[in-house]
Order: sequence, then structure tokens, then C-alpha cells
Amino acid sequence: MTTRIDQRFAALKSEGRSALVTFVMCGDPDMATSLEILRALPKSGADIIEVGMPFTDPMADGPSIQAAGLRALKNGATLKSTLATVAEFRKTEADTPIVLMGYYNPIYVYGVDRFLVDAKAAGVDGLIVVDLPPEEDSELCLPALKAGLSFIRLATPTTDDKRLPAVLANTSGFVYYVSITGITGAAIPDYSKVAHAVERIKRHTNLPVAVGFGVKNAQSAQEIAVHADAVVVGTALIDALRRSLDENDKATATTVSAVADMVKDIAAGVQSARSKASK
Amino acid sequence: MEPTLPNSFRTGPDEHGHFGIFGGRFVAETLMPLILDLEKAYTAAKADPSFQAELDFLAKHYVGRPSPLYFAERMTQHLGGAKIYFKRDELNHTGAHKINNVLGQILLARRMGKSRIIAETGAGQHGVATATACAKYGLECIVYMGAVDVERQAPNVFRMKMLGATVVPVQSGSRTLKDAMNEALRDWVTNVADTFYCIGTAAGPHPYPMMVRDFQCVIGNEVRVQMQEAEGRLPDSLIACIGGGSNAIGLFHPFLDDPSVQIFGVEAGGHGIDQKNGHAASLAGGHPGVLHGNRTYLLMDDDGQILEGHSISAGLDYPGIGPEHSWLKESGRVTYLNATDKEALDAFQLCCKLEGIIPALEPAHALAKVTELAPKLPKDHIMVMNLCGRGDKDIFNVAEHLGGM
Repeated sequence: MTTRIDQRFAALKSEGRSALVTFVMCGDPDMATSLEILRALPKSGADIIEVGMPFTDPMADGPSIQAAGLRALKNGATLKSTLATVAEFRKTEADTPIVLMGYYNPIYVYGVDRFLVDAKAAGVDGLIVVDLPPEEDSELCLPALKAGLSFIRLATPTTDDKRLPAVLANTSGFVYYVSITGITGAAIPDYSKVAHAVERIKRHTNLPVAVGFGVKNAQSAQEIAVHADAVVVGTALIDALRRSLDENDKATATTVSAVADMVKDIAAGVQSARSKASK
Repeated sequence: MEPTLPNSFRTGPDEHGHFGIFGGRFVAETLMPLILDLEKAYTAAKADPSFQAELDFLAKHYVGRPSPLYFAERMTQHLGGAKIYFKRDELNHTGAHKINNVLGQILLARRMGKSRIIAETGAGQHGVATATACAKYGLECIVYMGAVDVERQAPNVFRMKMLGATVVPVQSGSRTLKDAMNEALRDWVTNVADTFYCIGTAAGPHPYPMMVRDFQCVIGNEVRVQMQEAEGRLPDSLIACIGGGSNAIGLFHPFLDDPSVQIFGVEAGGHGIDQKNGHAASLAGGHPGVLHGNRTYLLMDDDGQILEGHSISAGLDYPGIGPEHSWLKESGRVTYLNATDKEALDAFQLCCKLEGIIPALEPAHALAKVTELAPKLPKDHIMVMNLCGRGDKDIFNVAEHLGGM
């Protein structure tokens, strides 16, 4: 079965460039604005969209993404409304893959089987669940694969060669390499180390390797895109969104364009990477 | 398949860290290799007699163990029923049971060559114990504490600072213990090479619930010996307060396979468990969920978002509970009760007045249920309550609740 994610990576490969993966928190600051942002992303240059599922206790995320989740929850976001927003997005956008990203508890409480049915129906293509390592594969990973959803795993600098095969075993869609030990939005990675890590992962898998954590602007995106099949940007977009909000954290007329403009800028960085690499 | 009762309640967890469906290793990939390393190091230490010998030496000469098993005579007379004993873990160095676990983990950190220790704390007792052990061994110590708790447990903040620890007030989320734990995990994800996370309760990803329990079992093991000396038999019931549940599991575990021993855990009922988000009784008012590395009973809303919970006691104010307690509840081996803020305050005062002991607000919750259970029991029923912490840290907080004194 060829998935939207596989198709997207195959198409980009033939174009000879890396993918831009954008992360936005669903419902930040409200669901209507979130839907508008999602709709603006593909035409701004996002190749794959990660949609954050808000959670009160995101223990691998930095202050920006934590605050985004709390803004969304404060305005009534739930896993159900997140899925409904993705379904709405899918009505007008058939090709751009959607990957839901978050933590396990809301899914567990929703009910794994029901969640997989509803996510699939909404047009979700893959899942990234931060607190489900391979040791807990039977919880969600294996049922998700069976339901036809990709399960994208994080590999980190602490994942050594001995452990990589276990991490990659049930991974599908792509591998998400976390370029630093740390939380989202923290330090800028050492690009030479990233290049080395991507090579190391590629020795173990044919899946595309995406790199994230610490991509802050067009330039850092370009540096990463030279080495990786995809560049993930999240905190920088959330920060741009936050700066556009009014004093009560409500969306303003510039909120959607603030995110879209930053995506355009970073997309340009990603797209110029190949010419840089071939120089 | 019908669930079958285990032959023993003391064999858990399994190799994946599961107590029935509870426990597990729900952590980010960055931490996974670290907790596997920790498990390996702990298994090796447990098999090394010199590790236990060093811990025993410290328990005796640094902590002051064994802590006395004290017959609370006036309390017994006052209640007019069961014979009540207090296990005096409040007499330990640093004033609570927390030091039992901390010394074990710090010795392990030293074996693993880790130089930087991080910890979360609620009431500050675990933070103080960690700062103490770090001072003793010259280790860097960073304690994450919710900003709300920093305010209501000021004496302990000062103690930690005197002991050389850096106390980081956590401003995220609800600014209490759960957020302190999130922040400690964020630190650990960032500083993987040199950092040891010293968790204060029998919760978190495997192997923590097992390891912390093992270190706290000194409490129950001593009670077995001391009760034999005092009464020539086993106690009839045990009772302890539960936040994460480390003092309770330490008392309970050595007795789980003695069917004649009734066991009671007491959660924090706050304003009453019928009050939405007004209590911290995860077992009574929560559902199974996944947080902080383990599956356990959690206080949460219908969407799986974690609630803050409330208790007068900062040490019980946590929306989860150790996974082994969740399993002991479901298996029916332990009966879980809860006590409100007011009941705990009343018991606190009663203990001061009758026994000349100022208890921490945490064990005051257990005592509140002792005052309910004991009068209905015969005079030859022997009940042991874990007096797991002293109340010095709470006197200003209590005074405020009682309208000044």
C-alpha cells in the first residue's frame, strides 16, 4: 500500500529536494484559526504537516510548545475536536500528509481502537507519540500499523547502533531524528554531528530521515536540508504565532499570515539546500 | 480470560516493569537508554553485598535506623479500641522516610559515575533528603519544586539552600509537584551524560517504582522484627498515607503475603472526593492513564488532560500514584481510603496533644483514618501506622488554617 507520506517523499526525491515538515498545535489559539493555518500551510511550502494534539503535561517539549498546548486547551481543544479539524482540512486538501503528534494519555483515554478508526476516517496518515518507545509497541504502534497508519519513531543522539534496529523495527513513513538531547525549541544543533547521525541511521534503514529540534529559521533549515530527507520546524512557527496574538492570547488579523510567512521563508531555505549542496 | 489471583503479591514487577496492567516504561526515546542503563546498574548493585552493606551502615549511623516502633498509649486509650503503634520514621535524619530511598539512589549514582543529581519535590522532604545526601558526597544537586510549593513550604526551601542545592521554582502548568516532575524530566532529557534523576516516590518509569520500593522496604522489614519483639506476633493491620505512595509501599510490601494482616492506604481527600478537582485521591476519584513514565490511576478529565488535584499537604498533592498501588487496589489486597484536609488537621492536633509528637500533615491523613478504624476494633487488634514525617515544616501552614494560634 502506498501512503500519502510515501508518495510525497517519492515525489520530492524525483525533484531532488528535501521535505519541509511543519508542526503546529491544533487549536492554538482556537480551532477556527488553526484550520485556517492548516489550509495555508501547503501553499506556503509545507510538504508534510505535523498536527500537535494538546496535552497538559508535555514532558519532552520546551516552554513555547507547552504554552501553545495550554492556549488550545484553555479554548476548549480536545482530541475529538483535533480529529474534526483534520477531517475538515482533508475536505479541501487531498495530498499533503498529516501526522498527529503528541502524548499517549489522551489517546489511551479516548480508546486506542476507536482513536485509530476515527483518525483514519479523518484523513490522518501517521502518528508520532513521544512517550511510546519500542518497549511499549503493543500499546499503539502495532495496532496503528494494522489500521494502516504510519508510526513514526523518534531516534535521538542517545539511540546507539545497538538500539537503532529496535527503534526502527516497526517504524514506517519516516524516521524523525531528534538532533539534540533536550526539549523542543532548545539549542541549535551541531550540523556536522547531524550529518553524521543521518548517515548512521541510513545505514540501518531505507526510510527517509527527517531532522528536527533546533531548526529556527531559513538558514538552519538549509543547513539541515543538505543532509536530511526532511526538515522539521515547530517552535519557530509557534513563536511566530504567539507574537501575532493580542494581549489576551486571541488571534488577530495577522495570525495566519505570521505562520504562513515564516513557512514560506523556511521553505525557501530548504529548497535552496540542494543548490548549495551541489556547489 | 479470567484474571487469576497471584500466588504471591510480592513478585512484581515483571521484566517490562509491569504490575498487572500498571507500570511500564512510557518515556521519550532520549531517556530510554538511560533507564535501561539504570536498571542494569541497579540489578548489579542489588547482587553486590558491598552495596547493601554500605546502605545498611548509612542507615544505622547517618539516618539513625532502625526507627522506633512506638506504642501510642494515650492515643490507644483515647480511641478505646485497637492497640496503636507508630513506626517512627519521622525521627530519621532529615525528618521523614525519604532519606531511605535517597541514600540508595545516591550510592547507585556514585557507582554509575554520575556527578549531577536532579530531583523533584512537593513538600520539600525529598528535596531536603536529596540535598543532604548530595552535600555528604559532594555532588551537584538541582531540585525542581513547583512555585506554589516553594511558597507554602518555605522552611524546606531554606534547608535545601543551606545544604548547597539549587532550588528551581517551576512556573509551568499548575506549578506544583507534577510540574516539578515534568521539569525534572526535561532537565534529564537535556543532560543525559552526567545526570542521575533521583525520583522521590515509587512511581515513574521502570525500574523506579521497584527500586524506590526496595529501598523503602526497610520500614516494613523493621516492623516485622520489632513487632515480634514487642508482641511476639504479626500486626493485624497496617496503615499509611499515600501521595505517590513510597512510605506506604515500604511498610506494606513485606506483609503482602501475610493474609492475616489487613492493609489500608489513605489518600488525600482534600475538600472531599465529591469535589471536582478538589482532592488528590487518584484511586478513589481517578482512572487508569499514562503519565510520567507509567500507567497508573490518574486524576484527569474526559479528554485525558491531567487535573491539578488539591490537598492541604504538598506531599500528597499529586494527580497520580505509584503503579504498584494501582495494582494492589485492583487485586483487592490493599484497601484504599481517603481523609479530607479537615480530618487531617484534626488528627494533626490530636497527635500533638496526646502523644507530644508533631506529625507532618501527610501521616496526619493516615492518623485521621486510625481514629475512625481503631474504636471499632477489639483491644487485642494491633494496628501499625507509619508516622513517616515530622511536622516542623507544616507548623506555619497549619497555624494559618487554624486561624492563627
